[in-house]
Amino acid sequence: MNESEHIISSFTEEKYKYGFYTPIEQEFAPKGLNEDTIRYISSKKNEPEFMLNFRLNAFRKWQSMTEPAWAHLHYPTIDFQAISYFAAPKKKNLKSMDEVDPELLDTFNKLGIPLNEQKVLAGVAVDVVMDSSSVITTYKEKLNELGIVFCSIGEAIHNHPELIQKYLGSVVPVTDNFYASLNSAVFSDGSFVYIPEGVLCPIELSTYFRINAAETGQFERTLIVADKGSYVSYLEGCTAPMRDENQLHAAVVEIVTLENAEVKYSTVQNWYPGDKDGKGGIYNFVTKRGICKGNNSRISWTQVETGSAITWKYPSVILQGDNSYGEFYSVAVTNNYQQADTGTKMIHIGKNTRSRIVSKGISAGFSNNSYRGLVRVLKNAHNARNHTQCDSLLLGNHCGAHTFPYVDVANQSAIVEHEATTSKIAEDQLFYCNQRGISTENAVALIINGYAKEVLNKLPMEFAVEAQKLLSITLENSVG
Amino acid sequence: MLKIQNLHASINGNEILKGLNFSVKAGEVHAIMGPNGSGKSTLASVLAGREIVEVTQGSILYKGINLLELSPENRSWEGIFLAFQYPVEIPGVSINNFLRTAVNEHRQYKKLEPLSAADFMKMMNEKKKVVDITSQLTSRSVNEGFSGGEKKRNEIFQMAMLEPELAILDETDSGLDIDALRVVANGVNKLKNKHNSFIVITHYQRLLDFIVPDFVHVLYKGQIVKSGGKELALELEEKGYDWLKN
Repeated sequence: MNESEHIISSFTEEKYKYGFYTPIEQEFAPKGLNEDTIRYISSKKNEPEFMLNFRLNAFRKWQSMTEPAWAHLHYPTIDFQAISYFAAPKKKNLKSMDEVDPELLDTFNKLGIPLNEQKVLAGVAVDVVMDSSSVITTYKEKLNELGIVFCSIGEAIHNHPELIQKYLGSVVPVTDNFYASLNSAVFSDGSFVYIPEGVLCPIELSTYFRINAAETGQFERTLIVADKGSYVSYLEGCTAPMRDENQLHAAVVEIVTLENAEVKYSTVQNWYPGDKDGKGGIYNFVTKRGICKGNNSRISWTQVETGSAITWKYPSVILQGDNSYGEFYSVAVTNNYQQADTGTKMIHIGKNTRSRIVSKGISAGFSNNSYRGLVRVLKNAHNARNHTQCDSLLLGNHCGAHTFPYVDVANQSAIVEHEATTSKIAEDQLFYCNQRGISTENAVALIINGYAKEVLNKLPMEFAVEAQKLLSITLENSVG
Repeated sequence: MLKIQNLHASINGNEILKGLNFSVKAGEVHAIMGPNGSGKSTLASVLAGREIVEVTQGSILYKGINLLELSPENRSWEGIFLAFQYPVEIPGVSINNFLRTAVNEHRQYKKLEPLSAADFMKMMNEKKKVVDITSQLTSRSVNEGFSGGEKKRNEIFQMAMLEPELAILDETDSGLDIDALRVVANGVNKLKNKHNSFIVITHYQRLLDFIVPDFVHVLYKGQIVKSGGKELALELEEKGYDWLKN
């Protein structure tokens, strides 16, 4: 047996340290989906008429749609009637941290979520979404002084209906795709951010999503609006308990930047990936899209994807304003039987628009990892520039890496570049590390983190450290 | 320190080492010379524990331990260091980070606390003087885009950091100009003391002008066919290897 076969054969179970379940009293919607379910969700949340109509409209569109089948993913048909579309911790409308269910706080402590005072001082504001409902948003007052709105989307619907009506569904229309329509119909909560003109948000805003209940889908909705000349950096983290059955997660994130505004959106996605035989795990079907509406505006997506049994996710940027800039930095790791089909779309509409794509795929075990990207340059996008770098790293002989780049250019002055590499961790790299006294496990962690460095460097400091650890944990025991 | 007896080793079924005998005591410098394909690098690989080399017969005792039972990292922790003929590139991993991981694994083996960032930097700065290496170089990714000279200097620097008891230099002189050779050799000389030993594998006598060996051995067709003092190297330089082939 040579060394790389040895590496593969020593695959053992993956440790998923977030796989606990919290016994919190929750209320559920009855399983299944019809117009009544939607009315139930809307009334539970006391929503105004316009929201109910938004949902019903989406639902009616969804009914006529079919699940997309073009992705390089294989999974059994999802029974959308076997899922509960709403679950929320019973206690509601908390005024302070003291009112939060201690079990819940304990959960968040286990997750290492910076919910406590200490971390607030460290400058992180957190919105926590447990299953479907937003639990609490810390640091709100400080943000209020600056006119920044950071709250659950449910709250925003009540307190800022004009912003919701203007922007919700403006980037990802209710008819956009199967999962986005489903989300628009049934989303129960999520986060809302509004940064007023000229305000540079002084702290990182952060949301943690957790699926806790069984047989429940999570459909969160995030909307970020950065007004002229404003700036915000937003972090998103996610975990789920270990369960045998597959759970559905279908989120929608929309970002709008007006003139000279900038939004950085960072995700560390660590949903339960299933066990080593591919049993259980989250089906993660997410639509994330931003629009650089104003001139000179910027949107940057950074993602570290280590979890989920299935990842279907293409954070995209519509570069409408002249001189606007879109970025996509991604590390996607798959192990065991995980499947990821992820990438981005950069749609160049305005003049002198630029985009940069850096995608690093890492596959191990029997997993499949695909990059799928579209760069489209429309007729009037003079001097548009795109640079795409797409690297794949394979660990062992049973995994797959695939690249599906689509380029569609309708303006002759555009320059679009695509670079791609595929490599394996070489035995001589491992031996070199071993010879220096670095054990194989640490050597793989070093090599992987080195490989992903360009993306990890884009993450805010606190997240970067966590992401590095996560990469090591995900690939733990993937070598002997 | 090291005792090799009747060592036979193969790569992919081809026997390369054919009954090699060889001993090293603490504080000694041994040079191993020989024509291409005689098994010099295979010997280095066996000592470091490279998996591709299969030992079919014979024994290696190192400090009284059966070396063949130890994993490569375990050998490193026990004080064996190999300066690679072709140092490997590790993109995105800085020498600082790489060595900190290595040094701390060595310390863990010795049941010592990991070094703090400050103590580690202090250690780095001291050792940098040995091979005249710059902080600019150590903040770069391991061997990535290094010149031949920088790679070899980096090997000696790592050796200084890990303070081995038995260091094997596998053709460290290959591809070096005379100035780089001098820097590398000076580094080795500074690290040499009566407790550690060196096995210097080389094609050419010129390295041995700078690193003076106590013994010189000629490896030919997988066996040591002649041993002598440092004057043997000069003789080889003059006559070549042909006179030994019969």
